[in-house]
Amino acid sequence: MSLKTDDVLRIARLARLEIGAEEAVATLGKLNGIFALIERMQAVDTTGVEPLYKPQATAQRLRDDSVTESDRRDVFQAVAPQSEDGLYLVPKVIE
Amino acid sequence: MIEQSLKQLAAGLAAKQFSSLELTQAFLDRIEALNPALNAFISVDRAGALAQAQAADAARAAGNAGPLSGIPIAHKDIFCTEGLRTTCASKMLDNFVSPYDATVVARLKAAGTVMLGKTNCDEFAMGSTNENSYYGPAKNPWDCSRVPGGSSGGSAAAVAARLAPGVTGTDTGGSIRQPASFCGVTGLKPTYGAVSRWGMVAYASSLDQGGPLAQTAEDCAILLNAFAGFDEKDSTSAERPAEDYTRLLAQAPADPSKPLAGVRLGVPKEYFGDGLADDVRKAVEAALAEMEKLGAVRVEVSLPKTELSIPAYYVIAPAEASSNLSRFDGVRYGHRAAEYSDLMDMYCKSRAEGFGGEVKRRIMVGTYVLSHGYYDAYYLQALKLRRLIAEDFATALKQCDVLVGPVCPGTAWPLGQMADDPVRMYLADIYTVSLNLAGLPGMSVPCGFGAGGLPVGMQLIGNYFAEARLLEIAHRFQQATDFHLRAPDL
Repeated sequence: MSLKTDDVLRIARLARLEIGAEEAVATLGKLNGIFALIERMQAVDTTGVEPLYKPQATAQRLRDDSVTESDRRDVFQAVAPQSEDGLYLVPKVIE
Repeated sequence: MIEQSLKQLAAGLAAKQFSSLELTQAFLDRIEALNPALNAFISVDRAGALAQAQAADAARAAGNAGPLSGIPIAHKDIFCTEGLRTTCASKMLDNFVSPYDATVVARLKAAGTVMLGKTNCDEFAMGSTNENSYYGPAKNPWDCSRVPGGSSGGSAAAVAARLAPGVTGTDTGGSIRQPASFCGVTGLKPTYGAVSRWGMVAYASSLDQGGPLAQTAEDCAILLNAFAGFDEKDSTSAERPAEDYTRLLAQAPADPSKPLAGVRLGVPKEYFGDGLADDVRKAVEAALAEMEKLGAVRVEVSLPKTELSIPAYYVIAPAEASSNLSRFDGVRYGHRAAEYSDLMDMYCKSRAEGFGGEVKRRIMVGTYVLSHGYYDAYYLQALKLRRLIAEDFATALKQCDVLVGPVCPGTAWPLGQMADDPVRMYLADIYTVSLNLAGLPGMSVPCGFGAGGLPVGMQLIGNYFAEARLLEIAHRFQQATDFHLRAPDL
Protein backbone atom coordinates (compact mmCIF):
# COMPACT_ATOMS: atom_id res chain seq x y z
CA MET A 1 0.00 0.00 0.00
CA SER A 2 1.20 3.48 -0.78
CA LEU A 3 -0.62 6.72 -0.05
CA LYS A 4 -0.87 9.57 -2.53
CA THR A 5 -0.92 13.29 -1.80
CA ASP A 6 -4.70 13.32 -2.21
CA ASP A 7 -4.98 10.67 0.52
CA VAL A 8 -2.91 12.83 2.86
CA LEU A 9 -5.17 15.81 2.21
CA ARG A 10 -8.23 13.66 2.87
CA ILE A 11 -6.84 12.21 6.11
CA ALA A 12 -5.83 15.68 7.30
CA ARG A 13 -9.35 16.89 6.62
CA LEU A 14 -10.83 13.96 8.56
CA ALA A 15 -8.41 14.69 11.40
CA ARG A 16 -9.33 18.39 11.35
CA LEU A 17 -5.79 19.49 10.60
CA GLU A 18 -5.10 22.23 8.09
CA ILE A 19 -2.26 21.21 5.83
CA GLY A 20 -0.54 23.12 3.04
CA ALA A 21 0.47 21.54 -0.27
CA GLU A 22 4.17 21.57 0.60
CA GLU A 23 3.58 20.10 4.06
CA ALA A 24 1.37 17.41 2.52
CA VAL A 25 4.22 16.25 0.31
CA ALA A 26 6.66 16.08 3.24
CA THR A 27 4.04 14.28 5.34
CA LEU A 28 3.37 11.81 2.53
CA GLY A 29 6.92 10.44 2.66
CA LYS A 30 6.86 10.01 6.42
CA LEU A 31 3.41 8.40 6.49
CA ASN A 32 4.37 5.97 3.75
CA GLY A 33 7.43 4.99 5.77
CA ILE A 34 5.24 4.39 8.82
CA PHE A 35 2.70 2.37 6.84
CA ALA A 36 5.45 0.24 5.33
CA LEU A 37 6.35 -0.66 8.92
CA ILE A 38 2.71 -1.27 9.83
CA GLU A 39 2.24 -3.55 6.80
CA ARG A 40 4.49 -6.13 8.50
CA MET A 41 1.47 -7.11 10.59
CA GLN A 42 -0.19 -8.62 7.56
CA ALA A 43 2.32 -11.49 7.58
CA VAL A 44 0.51 -13.07 10.55
CA ASP A 45 -2.60 -15.19 10.09
CA THR A 46 -4.92 -14.07 12.87
CA THR A 47 -7.98 -16.01 11.71
CA GLY A 48 -10.08 -16.91 14.72
CA VAL A 49 -8.14 -14.69 17.15
CA GLU A 50 -10.33 -12.43 19.28
CA PRO A 51 -9.19 -8.78 19.30
CA LEU A 52 -7.86 -7.52 22.66
CA TYR A 53 -9.10 -3.97 23.20
CA LYS A 54 -7.54 -3.44 26.59
CA PRO A 55 -5.30 -5.43 28.95
CA GLN A 56 -7.02 -8.06 31.10
CA ALA A 57 -10.35 -7.16 29.53
CA THR A 58 -12.82 -6.97 32.38
CA ALA A 59 -16.39 -5.68 32.49
CA GLN A 60 -16.71 -1.92 32.60
CA ARG A 61 -17.35 -0.75 36.13
CA LEU A 62 -20.48 1.37 36.52
CA ARG A 63 -20.97 4.00 39.16
CA ASP A 64 -24.17 4.84 40.99
CA ASP A 65 -26.47 7.15 39.09
CA SER A 66 -26.13 10.03 41.50
CA VAL A 67 -24.71 13.55 41.45
CA THR A 68 -21.12 13.59 42.65
CA GLU A 69 -19.74 16.82 41.19
CA SER A 70 -20.43 20.33 42.34
CA ASP A 71 -21.08 23.21 39.94
CA ARG A 72 -17.70 24.56 38.85
CA ARG A 73 -18.75 26.00 35.53
CA ASP A 74 -17.01 29.33 36.02
CA VAL A 75 -13.72 27.68 36.86
CA PHE A 76 -13.90 25.42 33.84
CA GLN A 77 -14.88 28.23 31.50
CA ALA A 78 -12.08 30.44 32.78
CA VAL A 79 -9.66 28.38 30.63
CA ALA A 80 -11.80 28.59 27.48
CA PRO A 81 -10.50 30.73 24.62
CA GLN A 82 -13.84 32.55 24.45
CA SER A 83 -16.87 32.31 26.71
CA GLU A 84 -19.69 34.59 27.73
CA ASP A 85 -22.66 34.28 30.10
CA GLY A 86 -21.81 30.66 30.80
CA LEU A 87 -21.63 29.76 27.12
CA TYR A 88 -18.68 28.73 24.96
CA LEU A 89 -18.42 31.01 21.95
CA VAL A 90 -17.73 29.58 18.49
CA PRO A 91 -18.12 31.01 14.98
CA LYS A 92 -21.69 31.17 13.74
CA VAL A 93 -22.84 27.74 12.51
CA ILE A 94 -26.49 28.45 11.58
CA GLU A 95 -27.32 31.27 9.20
CA MET B 1 22.09 16.45 50.89
CA ILE B 2 20.76 16.60 47.34
CA GLU B 3 22.81 13.49 46.52
CA GLN B 4 20.81 11.36 48.94
CA SER B 5 18.05 8.97 48.03
CA LEU B 6 14.47 9.85 48.80
CA LYS B 7 14.48 7.37 51.65
CA GLN B 8 17.59 8.93 53.17
CA LEU B 9 16.12 12.41 52.81
CA ALA B 10 12.93 11.27 54.54
CA ALA B 11 15.04 9.89 57.39
CA GLY B 12 16.96 13.18 57.57
CA LEU B 13 13.72 15.14 57.82
CA ALA B 14 12.37 12.76 60.46
CA ALA B 15 15.58 13.11 62.49
CA LYS B 16 15.39 16.91 62.06
CA GLN B 17 18.87 17.01 60.50
CA PHE B 18 17.42 19.60 58.12
CA SER B 19 14.04 21.13 57.48
CA SER B 20 11.89 20.70 54.41
CA LEU B 21 12.40 24.41 53.75
CA GLU B 22 16.19 23.95 53.67
CA LEU B 23 15.88 20.86 51.52
CA THR B 24 13.45 22.48 49.11
CA GLN B 25 15.62 25.57 48.86
CA ALA B 26 18.62 23.39 48.02
CA PHE B 27 16.79 21.66 45.18
CA LEU B 28 15.34 24.94 43.87
CA ASP B 29 18.84 26.45 43.85
CA ARG B 30 20.21 23.46 42.00
CA ILE B 31 17.38 23.65 39.46
CA GLU B 32 18.09 27.34 38.96
CA ALA B 33 21.76 26.60 38.37
CA LEU B 34 21.42 23.56 36.13
CA ASN B 35 18.08 23.77 34.36
CA PRO B 36 19.19 26.36 31.78
CA ALA B 37 21.58 23.72 30.41
CA LEU B 38 19.43 20.62 31.00
CA ASN B 39 15.93 21.97 30.26
CA ALA B 40 14.50 19.22 32.46
CA PHE B 41 11.77 21.47 33.83
CA ILE B 42 9.11 23.33 31.88
CA SER B 43 7.74 25.11 34.96
CA VAL B 44 9.32 25.68 38.36
CA ASP B 45 7.04 26.78 41.19
CA ARG B 46 9.47 28.37 43.64
CA ALA B 47 6.90 30.25 45.72
CA GLY B 48 4.49 27.32 45.85
CA ALA B 49 7.23 24.87 46.75
CA LEU B 50 8.56 27.04 49.58
CA ALA B 51 5.04 27.49 50.98
CA GLN B 52 4.42 23.72 50.85
CA ALA B 53 7.79 23.13 52.54
CA GLN B 54 6.88 25.50 55.34
CA ALA B 55 3.53 23.77 55.75
CA ALA B 56 5.30 20.39 55.89
CA ASP B 57 7.70 21.67 58.55
CA ALA B 58 4.76 23.00 60.56
CA ALA B 59 2.96 19.66 60.23
CA ARG B 60 6.07 17.87 61.47
CA ALA B 61 6.42 20.26 64.42
CA ALA B 62 2.80 19.49 65.28
CA GLY B 63 3.50 15.77 65.14
CA ASN B 64 1.50 15.20 61.94
CA ALA B 65 4.25 14.12 59.56
CA GLY B 66 3.91 11.09 57.30
CA PRO B 67 6.75 9.20 55.58
CA LEU B 68 6.80 11.61 52.61
CA SER B 69 6.12 14.86 54.46
CA GLY B 70 8.34 17.63 53.18
CA ILE B 71 9.96 15.57 50.40
CA PRO B 72 10.43 17.64 47.23
CA ILE B 73 9.20 15.96 44.06
CA ALA B 74 8.17 16.97 40.56
CA HIS B 75 5.52 15.85 38.09
CA LYS B 76 5.77 15.13 34.42
CA ASP B 77 3.94 17.97 32.68
CA ILE B 78 1.22 15.53 31.62
CA PHE B 79 -0.35 15.39 35.08
CA CYS B 80 -2.90 18.11 35.78
CA THR B 81 -1.91 20.40 38.64
CA GLU B 82 -4.37 22.92 39.94
CA GLY B 83 -2.93 26.41 39.82
CA LEU B 84 0.28 25.54 37.95
CA ARG B 85 0.12 25.26 34.17
CA THR B 86 -0.05 21.84 32.53
CA THR B 87 1.34 22.14 29.02
CA CYS B 88 1.89 18.53 27.89
CA ALA B 89 4.94 20.16 26.23
CA SER B 90 2.57 21.45 23.56
CA LYS B 91 1.86 24.88 22.15
CA MET B 92 -1.77 23.71 22.29
CA LEU B 93 -1.73 23.93 26.10
CA ASP B 94 0.93 26.61 26.58
CA ASN B 95 -1.39 28.66 28.78
CA PHE B 96 -3.55 25.89 30.20
CA VAL B 97 -3.99 25.91 33.98
CA SER B 98 -5.99 22.91 35.12
CA PRO B 99 -8.96 23.55 37.42
CA TYR B 100 -8.16 20.35 39.33
CA ASP B 101 -5.36 18.01 40.40
CA ALA B 102 -4.80 14.58 38.87
CA THR B 103 -5.39 11.78 41.39
CA VAL B 104 -1.65 11.02 41.44
CA VAL B 105 -0.92 14.68 42.17
CA ALA B 106 -3.66 14.94 44.81
CA ARG B 107 -2.43 11.81 46.61
CA LEU B 108 1.20 12.96 46.68
CA LYS B 109 0.04 16.37 47.88
CA ALA B 110 -2.02 14.74 50.63
CA ALA B 111 1.07 12.77 51.62
CA GLY B 112 2.79 16.09 52.32
CA THR B 113 5.21 16.18 49.39
CA VAL B 114 6.47 19.47 48.02
CA MET B 115 6.01 20.04 44.28
CA LEU B 116 9.06 21.74 42.76
CA GLY B 117 7.57 22.01 39.29
CA LYS B 118 6.66 20.22 36.10
CA THR B 119 9.13 18.27 34.00
CA ASN B 120 9.75 18.35 30.28
CA CYS B 121 8.60 15.55 27.97
CA ASP B 122 7.69 14.80 24.39
CA GLU B 123 4.52 16.57 23.29
CA PHE B 124 1.52 14.68 24.69
CA ALA B 125 4.02 11.93 25.64
CA MET B 126 4.59 11.02 21.98
CA GLY B 127 8.24 10.33 21.37
CA SER B 128 11.35 8.53 22.53
CA THR B 129 13.78 11.45 22.77
CA ASN B 130 12.06 14.45 24.41
CA GLU B 131 12.85 16.32 21.19
CA ASN B 132 9.14 16.66 20.37
CA SER B 133 8.70 19.31 23.05
CA TYR B 134 7.41 22.80 22.26
CA TYR B 135 9.88 23.99 24.91
CA GLY B 136 12.91 22.35 23.32
CA PRO B 137 14.52 19.05 24.26
CA ALA B 138 15.65 18.14 27.75
CA LYS B 139 19.32 17.09 27.71
CA ASN B 140 20.94 13.97 29.04
CA PRO B 141 22.89 14.95 32.20
CA TRP B 142 25.55 12.35 31.37
CA ASP B 143 26.25 14.09 28.06
CA CYS B 144 24.34 17.24 27.19
CA SER B 145 24.77 16.61 23.47
CA ARG B 146 22.60 13.51 23.80
CA VAL B 147 18.91 12.86 24.31
CA PRO B 148 17.64 11.89 27.77
CA GLY B 149 15.17 9.50 26.16
CA GLY B 150 11.45 9.96 26.11
CA SER B 151 8.81 10.68 26.54
CA SER B 152 9.48 11.25 30.29
CA GLY B 153 12.93 12.67 29.44
CA GLY B 154 12.73 15.65 31.79
CA SER B 155 11.68 13.39 34.68
CA ALA B 156 14.63 11.04 34.17
CA ALA B 157 17.08 13.90 33.60
CA ALA B 158 15.85 15.61 36.79
CA VAL B 159 16.48 12.52 38.92
CA ALA B 160 19.87 11.84 37.27
CA ALA B 161 21.01 15.45 37.79
CA ARG B 162 19.72 15.34 41.37
CA LEU B 163 17.25 18.15 40.71
CA ALA B 164 14.61 16.10 42.54
CA PRO B 165 14.81 12.81 44.45
CA GLY B 166 11.65 11.43 42.84
CA VAL B 167 9.57 12.41 39.82
CA THR B 168 6.43 11.02 38.24
CA GLY B 169 6.35 9.85 34.66
CA THR B 170 3.98 8.12 32.30
CA ASP B 171 4.63 5.09 30.14
CA THR B 172 2.56 4.28 27.05
CA GLY B 173 5.21 2.39 25.07
CA GLY B 174 8.33 2.71 27.21
CA SER B 175 8.20 6.36 28.26
CA ILE B 176 9.30 5.72 31.85
CA ARG B 177 11.67 2.78 31.27
CA GLN B 178 13.60 4.07 28.25
CA PRO B 179 14.52 7.51 29.67
CA ALA B 180 15.31 5.86 33.03
CA SER B 181 17.70 3.59 31.13
CA PHE B 182 19.28 6.46 29.17
CA CYS B 183 19.78 8.58 32.31
CA GLY B 184 20.87 5.83 34.72
CA VAL B 185 17.92 6.06 37.12
CA THR B 186 15.33 3.56 38.33
CA GLY B 187 11.86 3.69 36.79
CA LEU B 188 8.73 1.60 37.17
CA LYS B 189 5.81 1.24 34.80
CA PRO B 190 3.07 -0.39 36.88
CA THR B 191 0.42 -2.85 35.72
CA TYR B 192 -2.31 -1.23 33.65
CA GLY B 193 -4.96 -0.17 36.16
CA ALA B 194 -2.64 0.01 39.20
CA VAL B 195 -2.25 3.79 39.04
CA SER B 196 -5.15 6.15 38.39
CA ARG B 197 -5.19 7.85 35.01
CA TRP B 198 -7.60 10.53 36.21
CA GLY B 199 -6.17 13.94 35.41
CA MET B 200 -3.30 12.42 33.44
CA VAL B 201 -3.78 13.88 29.96
CA ALA B 202 -4.60 10.92 27.73
CA TYR B 203 -2.43 9.76 24.85
CA ALA B 204 -3.53 6.13 24.35
CA SER B 205 -5.95 5.18 27.09
CA SER B 206 -5.59 1.40 26.96
CA LEU B 207 -1.80 1.69 27.23
CA ASP B 208 -1.08 4.77 29.39
CA GLN B 209 0.13 4.21 32.92
CA GLY B 210 1.76 6.56 35.43
CA GLY B 211 4.70 5.54 37.58
CA PRO B 212 7.72 6.73 39.57
CA LEU B 213 11.31 7.52 38.61
CA ALA B 214 13.88 7.78 41.40
CA GLN B 215 17.42 6.79 42.32
CA THR B 216 16.51 3.41 43.77
CA ALA B 217 13.89 0.67 43.59
CA GLU B 218 13.17 1.31 47.25
CA ASP B 219 12.37 4.97 46.50
CA CYS B 220 10.07 3.88 43.68
CA ALA B 221 8.26 1.59 46.11
CA ILE B 222 7.84 4.38 48.64
CA LEU B 223 6.44 6.72 45.99
CA LEU B 224 4.15 4.05 44.57
CA ASN B 225 2.74 3.47 48.04
CA ALA B 226 1.63 7.09 48.07
CA PHE B 227 -0.08 7.29 44.69
CA ALA B 228 -1.09 3.82 43.45
CA GLY B 229 -4.37 2.12 44.27
CA PHE B 230 -8.02 2.07 43.31
CA ASP B 231 -9.61 5.33 42.18
CA GLU B 232 -13.30 5.42 41.43
CA LYS B 233 -12.73 8.39 39.11
CA ASP B 234 -10.85 6.18 36.63
CA SER B 235 -13.16 3.58 35.10
CA THR B 236 -10.19 1.32 34.28
CA SER B 237 -8.68 1.52 37.76
CA ALA B 238 -8.20 -1.96 39.25
CA GLU B 239 -10.39 -2.66 42.27
CA ARG B 240 -7.81 -4.20 44.55
CA PRO B 241 -6.97 -3.76 48.22
CA ALA B 242 -4.24 -1.22 48.99
CA GLU B 243 -0.76 -2.73 48.89
CA ASP B 244 2.51 -1.98 50.67
CA TYR B 245 5.03 -2.09 47.84
CA THR B 246 7.96 -1.99 50.27
CA ARG B 247 6.87 -5.10 52.18
CA LEU B 248 9.15 -7.59 50.42
CA LEU B 249 12.12 -5.22 50.46
CA ALA B 250 12.09 -5.08 54.24
CA GLN B 251 12.31 -8.85 54.68
CA ALA B 252 15.77 -10.22 55.37
CA PRO B 253 16.69 -13.02 52.95
CA ALA B 254 17.14 -16.48 54.50
CA ASP B 255 20.70 -16.62 53.18
CA PRO B 256 22.20 -13.11 53.06
CA SER B 257 24.78 -14.17 50.49
CA LYS B 258 22.01 -15.51 48.19
CA PRO B 259 19.20 -12.94 48.40
CA LEU B 260 17.85 -14.04 45.02
CA ALA B 261 17.94 -17.77 45.87
CA GLY B 262 15.52 -19.69 43.70
CA VAL B 263 14.39 -16.70 41.62
CA ARG B 264 13.91 -17.84 38.03
CA LEU B 265 15.04 -15.21 35.52
CA GLY B 266 13.39 -15.67 32.14
CA VAL B 267 15.67 -14.48 29.36
CA PRO B 268 13.71 -13.92 26.12
CA LYS B 269 15.99 -14.90 23.26
CA GLU B 270 14.32 -12.32 20.98
CA TYR B 271 15.64 -9.56 23.27
CA PHE B 272 19.24 -10.51 22.53
CA GLY B 273 19.08 -10.59 18.74
CA ASP B 274 21.11 -8.84 16.05
CA GLY B 275 19.80 -5.32 16.70
CA LEU B 276 21.23 -5.16 20.22
CA ALA B 277 24.33 -2.99 20.67
CA ASP B 278 27.39 -4.82 22.03
CA ASP B 279 27.87 -2.51 25.01
CA VAL B 280 24.24 -2.91 26.11
CA ARG B 281 24.41 -6.69 25.65
CA LYS B 282 27.57 -6.83 27.74
CA ALA B 283 26.09 -4.78 30.58
CA VAL B 284 22.84 -6.77 30.69
CA GLU B 285 24.71 -10.09 30.51
CA ALA B 286 26.93 -8.95 33.38
CA ALA B 287 23.83 -8.04 35.38
CA LEU B 288 22.34 -11.47 34.70
CA ALA B 289 25.58 -13.07 35.89
CA GLU B 290 25.50 -10.92 39.02
CA MET B 291 21.93 -12.01 39.74
CA GLU B 292 22.93 -15.65 39.25
CA LYS B 293 25.72 -15.06 41.75
CA LEU B 294 23.04 -13.84 44.13
CA GLY B 295 21.22 -17.16 43.76
CA ALA B 296 18.94 -16.63 40.78
CA VAL B 297 18.54 -19.24 38.06
CA ARG B 298 18.52 -18.42 34.37
CA VAL B 299 15.79 -19.85 32.12
CA GLU B 300 15.68 -19.35 28.36
CA VAL B 301 12.24 -18.28 27.16
CA SER B 302 10.75 -17.03 23.92
CA LEU B 303 8.53 -14.08 23.01
CA PRO B 304 8.09 -14.90 19.31
CA LYS B 305 5.95 -11.87 18.37
CA THR B 306 8.44 -9.31 19.70
CA GLU B 307 9.15 -7.71 16.31
CA LEU B 308 5.47 -7.47 15.48
CA SER B 309 4.75 -5.55 18.65
CA ILE B 310 6.12 -2.40 16.98
CA PRO B 311 3.66 -2.27 14.07
CA ALA B 312 0.81 -3.35 16.38
CA TYR B 313 1.69 -0.60 18.83
CA TYR B 314 2.05 2.04 16.11
CA VAL B 315 -1.49 1.26 14.99
CA ILE B 316 -3.21 1.00 18.37
CA ALA B 317 -1.52 3.97 20.07
CA PRO B 318 -2.14 6.42 17.19
CA ALA B 319 -5.72 5.15 16.82
CA GLU B 320 -6.43 5.93 20.45
CA ALA B 321 -4.47 9.20 20.20
CA SER B 322 -6.50 10.41 17.23
CA SER B 323 -9.64 9.86 19.27
CA ASN B 324 -8.29 11.31 22.53
CA LEU B 325 -6.78 14.39 20.95
CA SER B 326 -9.98 15.28 19.11
CA ARG B 327 -10.89 17.12 22.32
CA PHE B 328 -8.42 19.86 21.42
CA ASP B 329 -10.63 21.90 19.13
CA GLY B 330 -10.04 25.44 20.34
CA VAL B 331 -13.42 25.63 22.07
CA ARG B 332 -13.19 24.57 25.72
CA TYR B 333 -9.47 24.99 26.38
CA GLY B 334 -6.17 25.25 24.62
CA HIS B 335 -4.97 27.17 21.61
CA ARG B 336 -7.42 28.87 19.25
CA ALA B 337 -6.21 30.34 15.96
CA ALA B 338 -6.38 34.12 15.72
CA GLU B 339 -8.15 34.16 12.38
CA TYR B 340 -10.59 31.76 10.74
CA SER B 341 -13.51 31.86 8.35
CA ASP B 342 -15.93 29.42 9.98
CA LEU B 343 -16.15 26.68 12.63
CA MET B 344 -14.48 24.01 10.52
CA ASP B 345 -11.71 26.41 9.60
CA MET B 346 -11.28 27.29 13.29
CA TYR B 347 -10.88 23.60 14.22
CA CYS B 348 -8.41 22.91 11.42
CA LYS B 349 -6.28 26.02 11.94
CA SER B 350 -6.25 25.80 15.76
CA ARG B 351 -5.15 22.18 15.63
CA ALA B 352 -2.60 22.73 12.86
CA GLU B 353 -1.04 25.60 14.82
CA GLY B 354 -1.28 23.97 18.25
CA PHE B 355 0.15 20.51 17.53
CA GLY B 356 3.73 19.68 16.58
CA GLY B 357 4.82 17.42 13.71
CA GLU B 358 4.97 14.06 15.48
CA VAL B 359 1.60 14.56 17.18
CA LYS B 360 0.02 15.45 13.84
CA ARG B 361 1.57 12.38 12.22
CA ARG B 362 0.19 10.07 14.90
CA ILE B 363 -3.24 11.68 14.71
CA MET B 364 -3.22 11.15 10.95
CA VAL B 365 -2.06 7.53 11.19
CA GLY B 366 -4.76 6.91 13.79
CA THR B 367 -7.43 8.62 11.74
CA TYR B 368 -6.52 6.49 8.74
CA VAL B 369 -6.43 3.10 10.50
CA LEU B 370 -9.84 3.81 12.03
CA SER B 371 -11.40 5.03 8.80
CA HIS B 372 -13.94 3.13 6.75
CA GLY B 373 -12.38 0.41 4.64
CA TYR B 374 -9.14 0.21 6.65
CA TYR B 375 -10.41 -0.57 10.13
CA ASP B 376 -10.31 -4.37 9.76
CA ALA B 377 -6.98 -4.53 7.95
CA TYR B 378 -5.15 -2.30 10.41
CA TYR B 379 -6.88 -1.61 13.69
CA LEU B 380 -8.53 -4.99 14.14
CA GLN B 381 -5.46 -6.86 12.95
CA ALA B 382 -3.36 -4.95 15.50
CA LEU B 383 -5.80 -5.85 18.29
CA LYS B 384 -5.65 -9.53 17.33
CA LEU B 385 -1.85 -9.39 17.39
CA ARG B 386 -2.15 -7.71 20.75
CA ARG B 387 -3.88 -10.79 22.12
CA LEU B 388 -1.18 -13.08 20.67
CA ILE B 389 1.51 -10.87 22.24
CA ALA B 390 -0.24 -10.99 25.64
CA GLU B 391 -0.50 -14.79 25.34
CA ASP B 392 3.22 -15.06 24.56
CA PHE B 393 3.97 -13.21 27.80
CA ALA B 394 1.60 -15.48 29.74
CA THR B 395 3.40 -18.55 28.41
CA ALA B 396 6.84 -17.13 29.17
CA LEU B 397 5.87 -16.01 32.68
CA LYS B 398 4.74 -19.56 33.50
CA GLN B 399 8.35 -20.65 33.15
CA CYS B 400 9.92 -17.96 35.33
CA ASP B 401 9.32 -15.35 38.04
CA VAL B 402 10.50 -12.37 36.08
CA LEU B 403 11.68 -11.64 32.56
CA VAL B 404 15.04 -9.92 32.17
CA GLY B 405 16.45 -8.13 29.15
CA PRO B 406 17.62 -4.78 27.84
CA VAL B 407 15.31 -1.73 27.85
CA CYS B 408 16.57 -0.30 24.58
CA PRO B 409 18.85 -1.70 21.85
CA GLY B 410 21.37 1.11 22.47
CA THR B 411 22.40 3.87 24.85
CA ALA B 412 21.37 7.53 24.56
CA TRP B 413 21.92 8.76 21.02
CA PRO B 414 22.98 12.28 19.93
CA LEU B 415 20.35 15.00 19.78
CA GLY B 416 18.95 15.33 16.29
CA GLN B 417 20.08 11.90 15.11
CA MET B 418 16.59 10.47 14.64
CA ALA B 419 14.60 13.68 14.71
CA ASP B 420 13.60 13.40 11.07
CA ASP B 421 13.22 9.63 10.89
CA PRO B 422 10.17 8.48 12.84
CA VAL B 423 10.38 4.87 11.67
CA ARG B 424 13.94 4.49 12.90
CA MET B 425 12.89 5.95 16.24
CA TYR B 426 9.88 3.62 16.47
CA LEU B 427 12.11 0.58 15.88
CA ALA B 428 14.17 1.47 18.97
CA ASP B 429 11.04 0.79 21.08
CA ILE B 430 11.25 -2.93 20.35
CA TYR B 431 11.77 -4.13 23.94
CA THR B 432 9.29 -1.83 25.62
CA VAL B 433 6.03 -1.49 23.65
CA SER B 434 4.92 -5.12 23.92
CA LEU B 435 4.57 -4.81 27.69
CA ASN B 436 2.11 -1.96 27.36
CA LEU B 437 0.11 -3.94 24.81
CA ALA B 438 -0.16 -6.76 27.37
CA GLY B 439 -0.61 -4.36 30.32
CA LEU B 440 2.23 -5.88 32.36
CA PRO B 441 4.48 -4.07 34.85
CA GLY B 442 8.12 -3.40 34.01
CA MET B 443 11.14 -1.63 35.39
CA SER B 444 14.37 -0.14 34.21
CA VAL B 445 17.20 -0.72 36.65
CA PRO B 446 20.69 0.79 36.15
CA CYS B 447 23.00 -2.12 35.34
CA GLY B 448 26.18 -0.67 33.94
CA PHE B 449 27.75 1.76 31.51
CA GLY B 450 28.35 1.43 27.79
CA ALA B 451 30.58 3.19 25.30
CA GLY B 452 31.34 6.78 26.29
CA GLY B 453 30.32 6.11 29.88
CA LEU B 454 26.61 6.23 29.04
CA PRO B 455 24.21 4.44 31.39
CA VAL B 456 22.58 1.12 30.49
CA GLY B 457 19.29 -0.05 31.98
CA MET B 458 18.17 -3.61 32.54
CA GLN B 459 14.49 -4.30 32.09
CA LEU B 460 12.60 -6.47 34.56
CA ILE B 461 9.12 -7.59 33.53
CA GLY B 462 6.72 -9.20 35.98
CA ASN B 463 3.27 -10.71 35.97
CA TYR B 464 0.14 -8.63 36.47
CA PHE B 465 0.25 -6.73 39.79
CA ALA B 466 3.64 -8.23 40.67
CA GLU B 467 5.19 -4.80 41.31
CA ALA B 468 6.25 -5.68 44.85
CA ARG B 469 8.15 -8.70 43.55
CA LEU B 470 9.81 -6.69 40.76
CA LEU B 471 10.82 -4.01 43.24
CA GLU B 472 12.22 -6.63 45.60
CA ILE B 473 14.37 -8.22 42.90
CA ALA B 474 15.59 -4.80 41.76
CA HIS B 475 16.33 -3.86 45.38
CA ARG B 476 18.40 -7.02 45.98
CA PHE B 477 20.35 -6.26 42.81
CA GLN B 478 20.91 -2.68 43.93
CA GLN B 479 22.13 -3.82 47.33
CA ALA B 480 24.86 -5.78 45.55
CA THR B 481 25.75 -3.15 42.92
CA ASP B 482 26.34 0.60 42.84
CA PHE B 483 25.31 1.62 39.30
CA HIS B 484 22.19 3.36 40.64
CA LEU B 485 24.32 5.47 43.02
CA ARG B 486 26.51 6.95 40.33
CA ALA B 487 25.69 10.44 39.18
CA PRO B 488 27.02 12.56 36.34
CA ASP B 489 29.52 15.36 37.07
CA LEU B 490 27.62 18.61 36.71
